[in-house]
Amino acid sequence: MLQYDIVVIGGGPAGLAAAIAAKKNGVDSVLLIERDRELGGILQQCIHNGFGLHEFGEELTGPEYADRFIKELKELNIEYKLNTMVLDISENRYISAINTEDGFMTIKAKAIVLAMGCRERTRGAIKIPGARPAGIFTAGTAQRYINMEGYMVGKKAVILGSGDIGLIMARRLTLEGAEVKAVVELMPYSSGLTRNIVQCLDDFNIPLLLNHTVIDIEGKDRLKGVTIAKVDENRKPISGTEKYYECDTLLLSVGLIPENELSRSANVKIDPVTGGPIVNESMETSVKGIFACGNVVHVHDLVDYVTAESRRAGYNASKFVKGELYEEKDTIKTNPGEGIRYIVPHMVRVKNVEDSLELFMRVKDVYTNVKMRVKSGENIIKEMKKRHLAPGEMEKVKLNLKKIEGKLDDITVEIVKEGA
Amino acid sequence: MYDVAIIGAGITGTFIARELSRYKLKVVLIEKDNDVANGSTKANSAIVHAGYDAKPGTNMAKFNAMGNPMFDKVCEELDVPFKRIGSFVVAFDDEDMKTVKQLYERGIKNGIPKMEIINKEQVKKLEPNLSDNVVGALYAKTAGIVGPWELAIALAENAVENGVELKLNNEVLNIEKLDDGYKIFITEGVIESKYVVNCAGVYADKINNMVAEPSFKIIPRRGEYYLLDKTAGDFVNKVIFQCPTKMGKGVLVAPTVHGNALIGPNAEDLDLNSKDSTETTSDGLNFVQESARRISDKIPFNEVIRTFAGLRAEPDTGDFIIGESETAKGFINVAGIKSPGLSASPAIAKHVVEIIEDLNDGFEEKEDFNPTRKKVIRFNELSDEEKNELIKKDPRYGRIICRCEHITEGEIVDAIHRKVGATTVDGVKKRVRPGSGRCQGGFCQPRVMEILARELGKDMEEILKDNRGSYILTGKTNKGYDNKSAKELIATSVEE
Repeated sequence: MLQYDIVVIGGGPAGLAAAIAAKKNGVDSVLLIERDRELGGILQQCIHNGFGLHEFGEELTGPEYADRFIKELKELNIEYKLNTMVLDISENRYISAINTEDGFMTIKAKAIVLAMGCRERTRGAIKIPGARPAGIFTAGTAQRYINMEGYMVGKKAVILGSGDIGLIMARRLTLEGAEVKAVVELMPYSSGLTRNIVQCLDDFNIPLLLNHTVIDIEGKDRLKGVTIAKVDENRKPISGTEKYYECDTLLLSVGLIPENELSRSANVKIDPVTGGPIVNESMETSVKGIFACGNVVHVHDLVDYVTAESRRAGYNASKFVKGELYEEKDTIKTNPGEGIRYIVPHMVRVKNVEDSLELFMRVKDVYTNVKMRVKSGENIIKEMKKRHLAPGEMEKVKLNLKKIEGKLDDITVEIVKEGA
Repeated sequence: MYDVAIIGAGITGTFIARELSRYKLKVVLIEKDNDVANGSTKANSAIVHAGYDAKPGTNMAKFNAMGNPMFDKVCEELDVPFKRIGSFVVAFDDEDMKTVKQLYERGIKNGIPKMEIINKEQVKKLEPNLSDNVVGALYAKTAGIVGPWELAIALAENAVENGVELKLNNEVLNIEKLDDGYKIFITEGVIESKYVVNCAGVYADKINNMVAEPSFKIIPRRGEYYLLDKTAGDFVNKVIFQCPTKMGKGVLVAPTVHGNALIGPNAEDLDLNSKDSTETTSDGLNFVQESARRISDKIPFNEVIRTFAGLRAEPDTGDFIIGESETAKGFINVAGIKSPGLSASPAIAKHVVEIIEDLNDGFEEKEDFNPTRKKVIRFNELSDEEKNELIKKDPRYGRIICRCEHITEGEIVDAIHRKVGATTVDGVKKRVRPGSGRCQGGFCQPRVMEILARELGKDMEEILKDNRGSYILTGKTNKGYDNKSAKELIATSVEE
């Protein structure tokens, strides 16, 4: 049986940052396990730029961003295994994994960092009726075919969902000579970043149809067309608004789901709202010694935030191994208040917060000219004016705990109208 | 000249082919699609019914009762997943309980063993997730679940190993009567056969009418389904039916042999020209969801990973049509094999062999008939030690391709190289399941295509999803200097 102090599962941006942080904090025995044939995760297929503005102050492509961390990982001599699939994790931190060279392995870890990322919601999950021909792809799969494998997926496309991958793929398909007829969004707002709407749709005159959805799919063998309809305030198609779009390709960018099958096998408690583990300030899950970070915890829109969060997870995993993490005393909760969908971390052991506490959250709706209010118990400890808030853009609240007077109570974040 | 030509490689066609392969006969199995089990066989409830449902005296009652007990042996021989988990017909009121009693009595008449009527407490004890409105149920212990397309594929493979010739991608265009048999015009030419067995599913009427007097019509009766993730696979332990109606057995909830949960079907008669209309509809899916809520309002519909629809071959005569045509000697119809067709298929096959044997005044058994096929390695079901051993022997079993279902490269390569091997992405999926999980192939489809291309010596662009015309890729991307046309462009501009 193999033994390591820390095993990181997943070699995308989250796993890379976590492994590096753990090693830098003095834990030598670190193993990173990656199921794909290279490190970097989904970044490797994100050949557009815009990564690293917060982290490096420059705009990198996905592979460039990943490369900086892969180089650092190698310089630090952190051990990693590619093409290796973790089959199971137990609560007492035994990992079973396989690859072609080592065969079936059991690995005992003092701490585990879960960094498996997320997967795309599929056509089946959103139950679009109609035929089931070839030519229907999730946006990320199409991105892989085009950017990694070098193959085109179609000539005339409709994209359902205006998440960032959908927007990026609208531009990518156009640049490869395909015609993108429309990007269709069920909600009255896009779930993607504003800069992506401008750079990927507006610049190429691709229409964004808000309050619309795909209600039928036609084509026996290859996709022939889709029917799009306007939806009412209950997101139900409005009869009489149907319009047929001839196309051979339908891309779906309809949400990402944290991949927590392994977390569940270790009895890690999952938050039904985020779809990811419930974590504390150290990014430790409900199972002692099992940490989690990145999109496996909650879906991020900026990789820079994934890196920051994962560094914290790796750093704290190393503190755990060294016996430097304080256990359950002084635990407070974070409560999503009015207008807030969720907050990560879910719990805070105040003693473990070294300088400031960062809370990540998403709002439930689009808000303009509001205030975000942070309360400790009933006391308002921070208020920030916000001109624009949208579910597609993750919000960060930084709390300097040293500046807060008195004992910290459960934290609530809420949206209040300007002037309230 | 062939002795027997079977038209249609669904569950009945493949079963008959395999049963005929026991004898010294020249048999050909003709299929219009590029794979076996591509019609109703791949989209149904996957249930081996106990047999209490059909009216006594019908072919459906007779062959279901005979077919059910035959599944253990054939699934064992061919290494096909089959579980005898039992079924409930649940009642919600006194009226339903009357139906349950009628079904029980019908079951007795049909000769169905191991049935009992149980009360609410017994139902809830065995199936705690069912609605509190359930007042009782018919419990039929012999009902089971099976992998229908896996069974048909295994039957075809075993038949081919025992000498049957399989002609895929061959549609029957016309049939002509000869003095001592039939001339069959297929896509790739003309063949002759002494006997013809019509197992063409929803198209059986069309095939019959090529050579015999029109005597029946096959109505495509569509049924739509939801498939739930394995996380919901233990929602019920048995097949849960509601009381049947004129249109069929109603919406059911059942586990699948692979650990998912299946919910459906509705029943919608389509017109006679819509024999490939396997689209789902929002009305149909909504109906299924609403009907299933009677069984339980706790069904986790948020765990749906796929919706699909299949067509039942509904005969206008109301019963299976099995036998030699009255107007075409040696032409045997096996038509209108609707539910419980899958359950009846082993018995139907045996019966059809007897019909041909009678017509032919007997035939001789092969000494070397092999009833078993090479075991399928299911990596996920092995112990840790077995996994380790296997990877040492063949490292391809150490590479997981489908991360949701834990399917290895070794399993995919095996599925491609078997007799009646997979040639398409869906062909691989039907045999070893990559793409059947919660990501629906999002991660593994490019890898599966790569393996198919490599093993079959094809280009990635040639690999199909399913049937002819279902191409996935439309060409290479613009690769700048690596692109041939770009290179030519540059070369010409330099010359100029």
